[in-house]
Amino acid sequence: MTALSLRGVTRRYGERTALAAVTLTLPAGQTLAVLGPNGAGKSTLLRVLATLLAPHAGELEVLGHPLPKESWAVRAKIGLLGHEPMLYRELTARENLRLHAKLHGVRLERVGELLALVALERRADEPLRTLSRGLVQRVAVCRTLLHEPELLLLDEPRANLDPAACEIVEPLIGRVSGKTRVLVSHDPARALLEADLVLGLARGCTAFLDAPAQLDPQGVAELYR
Amino acid sequence: MSTPRTSSVVRALLEAQLRLELRTFESLPAMWLFSVTAFVLFHFGLNEDSLSGNLASGVLWVTLLLAAMLVINRLYLADAEQGGFDGFLLSPADRGSLLIAKVLTLLFYLAAVELVAVPAFALLLLEPSLGQALPELLGVLALGDLGIAVIGALVGALAIRTQSRDLLGPMLSLPLLVPVLLCVAGATAPLFDPTHAGAIPLRLLVTLALYDAVFGLIAFALFDFLLED
Amino acid sequence: MYGKGLRPLSAITVAAVALTLAAVFFWAPNDAYLGFLQKIFYVHVPLAIVTLGGFVAAGLMAIGHLRTRDPRWDMRSYVAIHLSLIFGIGVLITGSIWARGAWGHWWVWNEPTLVSFLLVMLLYATYQPLRFAIEDPERQARYASVFAITAGAFVPINFLIVRLAPAYVHPRTLDNISGNLPGRMQVVFYLAMISTTLLWITLWKFEMTAKHVAAQLRQLRRLLGDEDDDVPARRSAAPSLTHAGSAG
Repeated sequence: MTALSLRGVTRRYGERTALAAVTLTLPAGQTLAVLGPNGAGKSTLLRVLATLLAPHAGELEVLGHPLPKESWAVRAKIGLLGHEPMLYRELTARENLRLHAKLHGVRLERVGELLALVALERRADEPLRTLSRGLVQRVAVCRTLLHEPELLLLDEPRANLDPAACEIVEPLIGRVSGKTRVLVSHDPARALLEADLVLGLARGCTAFLDAPAQLDPQGVAELYR
Repeated sequence: MSTPRTSSVVRALLEAQLRLELRTFESLPAMWLFSVTAFVLFHFGLNEDSLSGNLASGVLWVTLLLAAMLVINRLYLADAEQGGFDGFLLSPADRGSLLIAKVLTLLFYLAAVELVAVPAFALLLLEPSLGQALPELLGVLALGDLGIAVIGALVGALAIRTQSRDLLGPMLSLPLLVPVLLCVAGATAPLFDPTHAGAIPLRLLVTLALYDAVFGLIAFALFDFLLED
Repeated sequence: MYGKGLRPLSAITVAAVALTLAAVFFWAPNDAYLGFLQKIFYVHVPLAIVTLGGFVAAGLMAIGHLRTRDPRWDMRSYVAIHLSLIFGIGVLITGSIWARGAWGHWWVWNEPTLVSFLLVMLLYATYQPLRFAIEDPERQARYASVFAITAGAFVPINFLIVRLAPAYVHPRTLDNISGNLPGRMQVVFYLAMISTTLLWITLWKFEMTAKHVAAQLRQLRRLLGDEDDDVPARRSAAPSLTHAGSAG
């Protein structure tokens, strides 16, 4: 089954083009790594896939649903782990997650399950502003997985996580989770290890789109020049 | 996982909003302080010891309106700064439920402010006693609050994602609130009449209710467009 | 596309305005009470009606924008509001002159039409700052449309409500005068209405055409490689038409 199908997806920002005719297909269960320098359009691509932005041109299908028409159906099946944790700092981890559980129509027990999975039960009832950035990231991971999404959209998921936390989180959002993933990373070496397909973006345009084995290392380096 | 019911979403959002306010406890004390200070300012500005009728009604309502401005600017602050919009937009919840939750939140704030401001006003500046008129006053307050809440929730969403949000909030909402002010002030003036002669002109209340309804519908129809990125 | 018919329209408008001015100054009778000053009524009232109509039209155009997401509708709405704001200033000035002549004050609160008008102008004065405060052009257009629709709905409602204020229970002055107009005055009034409406429409088309031409020019320049794609545009409150497609 095809998880993602993009044909000429374009998104503009005023007179600038943030994404220019991006075309790719990603089968279910595979990982797409998106590389590129700052401002290349990586976050824009994630937001388009997350239904937060509508493409200005082109066709887009996520998990079999055409967007933006069937955005509603898609939202229950995707999880976005972005730069911002999307959590209220004054509320506790548990309160934040319970809010999201109710927004998604998920049973509340799942909150406790996830908190246990990321080993955060002890500090689940303290306001988020008292937790370190790494712990907040763990809560964000919980938020992403609360509704058991089929597609994970990950923007630098391991930022702020220490090795121990990375190990905890890996089975949930890593390659072993078996979920379809779109991974944005500033660490090309690491991303190439995990990916089935790699997309290089420069100023919104596709610089390269290939399996990691087929990639030209020069091309990857050029991207960041 | 099912699409969540609007009522449970609204309740969850409202709970979060109230928790946030009670935990930081910033807006309410400021609004209380502002109201009482405003009354003192009016005392010195008008050089009057006590007010009645139109003047009393006007002073009370203008103060409440300006206090509302304080909170309209902050209504969506946590959402805008802490990624709350995205979190909500990523869920399958109905967009209108956020508007309803915000209107209810504003109503809560306004009621909480009035709990302090109205007695303070009666104490500091009001000449006739409130006693008999109190139930009617509560009715007028409720209708007026609804108008402020509806307009405030819409304008707050409009202003929060702009660069001059603190300025735009009042600039946009105050003209829209003049009809509300007109109706509530006109309805309250007879209640503050020392001779207790006047009755509330009902057409003002009916008009106010209609205004609340019309702009409630408009806000509901347009809200989705404000949430999109 | 927008330039079509502009020349004949302008010609008709100029003719209509000239005819109206002639009628006002040479044909319309002098009012018994106010004398010559009453003639300002032929300017003030049509200007007011056209201005308000313009605001409501802008709201309708904004609905078109939100439904089709076509930036051209946003441009139409933007130009309509701009034009009505300018006309509106004219209304306030002529209204003030009228008030001075009829009541002795440069501003009066007992004329509900004037008061409602002030309120509407105060509201629409925030349109430009609102647009300027949003950088993303698409969001700017969207938020401006939401505002235009809300404000457009506010215009008629506000006029009805201000009338309800206890202060206005006694009869209105403008109403008295515009209500029972004797023969000639009525003709001149309708003439003034027609020419003011034509003036608004012509100016609107004029500005739309100018903006379209500017957008096409910018597009051509870009195709010729003249402008650097990466140069961030100056923050602007005006909508741009560059991504509107080729139907210019």
